[in-house]
Amino acid sequence: MSGGNAVISQQPGEVIEPSPFALPSKKLAIWLFIIADGMTFAAVLLAYGFLRNASTTWPRPFHSSINVGLMTFILITSSLMMLLAVRAARLGNKTAAIGWTLLTAGAGVVFAILHIREWLGLVREGMTPWRNPWGDPVFGATFYGVTGLHLLHVTGGILVLIGVALAYKNGRYTADHIETAGLYWHFVDLVWMYVVPLIYLMNLSH
Amino acid sequence: MEITPEDHAAQRGGVGRYVLVYCCILILAALQFVVAYSNASAYEMLLRLLPLATLEAILAVFFFMHLWAEKRWFVISVVALTLFVLISLQYSWTDSFRLLTCGGKCS
Repeated sequence: MSGGNAVISQQPGEVIEPSPFALPSKKLAIWLFIIADGMTFAAVLLAYGFLRNASTTWPRPFHSSINVGLMTFILITSSLMMLLAVRAARLGNKTAAIGWTLLTAGAGVVFAILHIREWLGLVREGMTPWRNPWGDPVFGATFYGVTGLHLLHVTGGILVLIGVALAYKNGRYTADHIETAGLYWHFVDLVWMYVVPLIYLMNLSH
Repeated sequence: MEITPEDHAAQRGGVGRYVLVYCCILILAALQFVVAYSNASAYEMLLRLLPLATLEAILAVFFFMHLWAEKRWFVISVVALTLFVLISLQYSWTDSFRLLTCGGKCS
């Protein structure tokens, strides 16, 4: 149903309203979630900016951008893989769709491993959410808060992608579900596009 | 799910565009890293990095998330809502600058 007036269904007395914006319900739901979650990240990044601006001893602890560059490359590439998964599902190529979806989840796992390795390195150098050896202690809290929230989304995305791929393989899910999971994954990539410049690149020591 | 012939054709022709957008996003991301190593103040760097990030985000939303293919009213609603919230959030900056100038001794 692509919009227009409400229609009477085959069940007596039941009226089906037209879909808002002519979107399938799954797609509309994930878009609403993305908008709401995007606002959460916007608020968190703005709070980070507020604290950074108000501090006179904000540190620049990152010596190299190689790790974050690699993480960025992996996440952007995973978005391309997800697009190929959706395309394959739309064309009815089930094997390719499952393969690309699981590859995307694999890229997410590599991203998460690199992220956790980076965290452990910073903890070894003495930076925790409550302590920062290079200056304002709030830096640790904001850094782990923002990147932790993003990592939580990546982890959730990996689980969703694996679950959707398996259910699609069993025939319980359709290409629509792959597309819905893909929208979420692209959103995770989108958030990273702002986390990198604000959290990492503006805090490079050079 | 029903696949229409148009849908089929669109999906077949989509890979080239996806790769092109992917390359554009990678180039923009690389540019951010170049800017990060320039000798600029934090404020100047922010003014250079944020537009690049926003360009990346626009490409991702419109082409990766296919917003360009949705109904016009949906696109307008998403863009308007996002801009409204982002602009509304800016109210706190004045207080941030106040904290900076009073050196943590604000009343």
